[in-house]
Amino acid sequence: MSSTVVITGNEAAATAAKLARVQVVAAYPITPQSSVVETLSRWVESGELAAEFVTVESEHSALTVCLAASTVGARTFTATSSNGLAYMTEQVWWTAGARLPVVMGCVNRSLAAPWNVLNDQQDSMSVRDSGWIQLYCRDNQEILDTFLQAFRIAEELSLPVMVCYDGFLLSHTVMPVHVPSAEEADAFLPPRPAGLQIVDLNDPRNIGPVTLADPRRDASGVLHGGYMEIRHAHQQALAEALDVIPAVDAEFADVFRRSWGGLTWEHRLEDAEVVLVAAGSLGMELTLAADELRGEGIRAGVLGIRAYRPFPVEHLCGKLVGRTLAIVFDKALSYGYGGPICTDLRAALSGREKMPTVFGTITGLGGRDVTAAQLAEEARAAISDAEAGMSQRRTVWVNLQDVAADGKTMCGVRE
Amino acid sequence: MSTKILDLPTTEYMLPGNRACAGCAIGIGLRSITKALDGKMVLVNPASCLTVLGGMYPVSSMRIPWINVSFPSTAAAAAGVVAGLRAQGRADEMTVLAMAGDGGTGDIGIQALSGAAERNDDFIYMCYDNEAYMNTGTQRSGLTPHGARTTTTSRGKKENPKDLPRIMEAHGIPYIASTSAVYPTDVYDKMVKARGIKGLRYLHMNVPCPNGWGFDPKDTVKLGKLAVETGLVALYEIDGGIFRLTDRSAMLAAGGKPLVPVAEFFATQARFKSLPPQSVADVQTWVDRRWKEYVSRHQAE
Repeated sequence: MSSTVVITGNEAAATAAKLARVQVVAAYPITPQSSVVETLSRWVESGELAAEFVTVESEHSALTVCLAASTVGARTFTATSSNGLAYMTEQVWWTAGARLPVVMGCVNRSLAAPWNVLNDQQDSMSVRDSGWIQLYCRDNQEILDTFLQAFRIAEELSLPVMVCYDGFLLSHTVMPVHVPSAEEADAFLPPRPAGLQIVDLNDPRNIGPVTLADPRRDASGVLHGGYMEIRHAHQQALAEALDVIPAVDAEFADVFRRSWGGLTWEHRLEDAEVVLVAAGSLGMELTLAADELRGEGIRAGVLGIRAYRPFPVEHLCGKLVGRTLAIVFDKALSYGYGGPICTDLRAALSGREKMPTVFGTITGLGGRDVTAAQLAEEARAAISDAEAGMSQRRTVWVNLQDVAADGKTMCGVRE
Repeated sequence: MSTKILDLPTTEYMLPGNRACAGCAIGIGLRSITKALDGKMVLVNPASCLTVLGGMYPVSSMRIPWINVSFPSTAAAAAGVVAGLRAQGRADEMTVLAMAGDGGTGDIGIQALSGAAERNDDFIYMCYDNEAYMNTGTQRSGLTPHGARTTTTSRGKKENPKDLPRIMEAHGIPYIASTSAVYPTDVYDKMVKARGIKGLRYLHMNVPCPNGWGFDPKDTVKLGKLAVETGLVALYEIDGGIFRLTDRSAMLAAGGKPLVPVAEFFATQARFKSLPPQSVADVQTWVDRRWKEYVSRHQAE
């Protein structure tokens, strides 16, 4: 029977994995991810979840177990954060390149050094080019629902899906969450298709061997694509995801009466001149800022990024055509350049007509608190710059505080 | 009771023709291994010489399912295959064999292997030891013998190799064996025995490498056997904690004959050329001590 419970984001993630009837779970502890797999481990030990739980010795092995189990046909799940994701990066690429439908939670946390366990989105943004689908969630209900959708998307496209949500802000914060019954979940998410079970003694194959750049013939003379054709097919599958992600969300809405918008979500966007853009829970904070600006007569709205990879270029252009200004709030940085979402958005709009000026900001690194008031204040400053005729602007750091007189004391601890 | 060479099964799982170097001993070992597992197996293999033997997409040199994985991940991947098969009720269909080289096992892969051994995951792990990173052009590994010249030890390696079977023994796994690819029945019998045991089973197989060691490809079997005659390579197994020398090594121990001096083995290969006499003496001392330990641990049937 379905029910509404008050749970954390991590419990919502674990609950989704259970409802998905995952067959193999492997994970290594890291804050703030740990309670996802602690919960799953408990359910496996109590018999509540019929799955293999592999207690690996590292994140590298955690994703390896999942990708290998996925190769032989099992539905698999893992979750990590921060340096854990960095450590498994080799396998992040391997999973995507091998086209395995692994679903992984990334509980967004900043990367060391220096040590910091709090939230930003630097970890998942750092692996954005690896060929995974990346979906960002704004609250605990969306976490549960997105994981259920993720298995459908992953298995339909033979692509791994990373479900990203903000560490502590969501992972450890309780909210009311509607939990579907097992029957409801089964109806939406049937068992993994048997066609993906490719290890077969009667049809032995050499899976993932050395592959040259150019096409080659097999022993029967049939021509097969080389590395380049395989990569092209991967890119095409990601392009297809731009249709599959909203379609799965729409089907989910039919069953559960909840929609998350598919590729993006919005708040008071319809007549907005100024658009505030972000991924994850920061978008919810932006809705408060937009409301504050509306109270001052500024036509502000929010465009939330749900699918960051594939990046929904045409969709975003459609949403932004005719607006005056878009202000992107990135919780990550491509060091030596700018915010990842801002950079991608600028590139997406480049050369198109009737597109807004795009200003980028960096905010919330390492868990730095940022309030709706601060976000609104930054939006006012950006609007003022735009009204003064500025079309290009350096990336602004929101709520950066002036502390060291010499500006040189960075992370060494002084007595 | 050991199998006679004429009694080995005749079914072949290796197709005629592969991409391995001339004289590579991996193929000799793999024939025995696949026969011992009746082809009812899935091979998990990281970047290594074995990958080269397997062939390039879309051609395979083997008639068995084969999963290529990344360099450090062999043991974890095998654990994942086991978990995936078990979750689907397919675990009894096939044996999972992880097979990696000395670098992929003793260096970059040792963390995942140690984790799998601690969990006693249910698969066979074989390290085929050609004593350096041969696939990438002969750089030293943690298992390269003292004195051997490689492209990263141009004056000869200064350290003794890691004793991997002993490291695995410290994990308390149910079955450990050391063998050589050029003794097909020893490989076969140990693999058959390993197949019948649950948990993590570790086999270490010496594999002479003409290119990396610097000898004529026609001499692979001769050199592999000479390595055993010197005691540099010992054939043994540790079954449920009971240590036993096997095959030729058991005969050498029983005969009480002196071993062939390592200098004679060294003289056959370019990698040991112009080795200072002191290095040869150091290796001889090391071999003698180790052989004495093997003989004293040996519990003949």
